[in-house]
Amino acid sequence: MANVIWGLATSHVPSIGAAMDNGKTEDPYWKPLFDGYAPARKWMAEHPPDVAVIVYNDHANAIGMDLVPTFAIGTADSYDVADEGWGRRQVPPVVGAPQLSEHLVRELVDSSFDIATANRLDVDHGLTVPLSVYCSEPGEAWPCTVVPVLVNVIQSPQPTAARCYEFGKAIGQAIRSFPQDSKVAVFGTGGMSHQLAGARAGLINEQFDRWFLKKIENDPEALAALTREDYVREAGTEGIEMIMWLVMRGAMSTNISRVHDAYHVPASNTAAALALFDDLGDRPETAT
Amino acid sequence: MKGKTMLDTDEQPTGSQTKARDDYLLDVEHTRQGYALNQMCGSLIRAENRARFSENEARYCDEFGLSPEQKQAVLERDWTAMMNLGGSIFYTFKLATLDKKSMQYLGGVFTGMSTEQFTEALRSGGRRFG
Ligand SMILES: [Fe+2]
Repeated sequence: MANVIWGLATSHVPSIGAAMDNGKTEDPYWKPLFDGYAPARKWMAEHPPDVAVIVYNDHANAIGMDLVPTFAIGTADSYDVADEGWGRRQVPPVVGAPQLSEHLVRELVDSSFDIATANRLDVDHGLTVPLSVYCSEPGEAWPCTVVPVLVNVIQSPQPTAARCYEFGKAIGQAIRSFPQDSKVAVFGTGGMSHQLAGARAGLINEQFDRWFLKKIENDPEALAALTREDYVREAGTEGIEMIMWLVMRGAMSTNISRVHDAYHVPASNTAAALALFDDLGDRPETAT
Repeated sequence: MKGKTMLDTDEQPTGSQTKARDDYLLDVEHTRQGYALNQMCGSLIRAENRARFSENEARYCDEFGLSPEQKQAVLERDWTAMMNLGGSIFYTFKLATLDKKSMQYLGGVFTGMSTEQFTEALRSGGRRFG
């Protein structure tokens, strides 16, 4: 049977990808961020998954305003890297895991999450930057296949934080009932606090971010209890995308341990963070 | 969670001399109003569309059915007016990219700061409210 081996929460700011693509990770502006990633990257490289379920949002690249699904899952064999208007990132195409996608879709609909499905999906920085956070030098191919999970965090009303957490739990259950032996990592992406437009543009709320980083491990219910207005007020109109971390957290078991985290301001206009959790499942806490 | 919210503070953050609203929530009413504008900006991810736009901006806007106000905002690069007329930053940013303007430039526009001031505000921990 499949199981969730770890969960990674990470920002997906485009400039983090650009810094890697343009060899700027040692620049004084970027070095602290990438130094913060290093221990997590080392651990992940030692615990490679077969499949990554990546929870993210599209940013006007694959999904327009014609049709805005609240939750959607990619079901394709592969996904092209999107040209977001400044040229494609020079990273490998993303190989899908269509059997797991198909299983997730069926199980989720049966558990009353009536999600949309996508046979074609050009994946933007929301998905490829987290993959690069996991694996900075993929070479010709990413080291795992991918199931993209899309959440509408742009048009209001976004799904509630509580619903995202429940959605994650249903995804976790569905993964654990997948009959193939595969190791699955779940990525929750986006955040942390930031706001791109309006008079509050440039907002950063470190106090809220650090509280969130702490609670995501052992008290996700406190985060699920916040309203959409709470998220916008505290984390900014774009910071609300942190609700996608709750999907990741919901998919993990209650028995997790924190491997590493890092918090850095700024990455462009955003507070950037990473938090990595080992899913101990029914293993004893002392096992490594 | 927290007793005091940033909305009940009377302390004005620096550089708040701007006609932008504090927050653009992009509810369904907003995205309905901004549909043509956002679709037009979104189309600019394709090189052939960028070329056609640059050839004749007004005609390109008409093809997408922008309102006269939206079209004027685009032609004048009035980024705040675009937001007030239903724009989404992820879409209007495609137009800014065509103009080689950064998200920090736009942040400066929305907050009444220069790009340098806005970038510096981020580097020193971001703008705090409440
Ligand atoms: Fe995002």
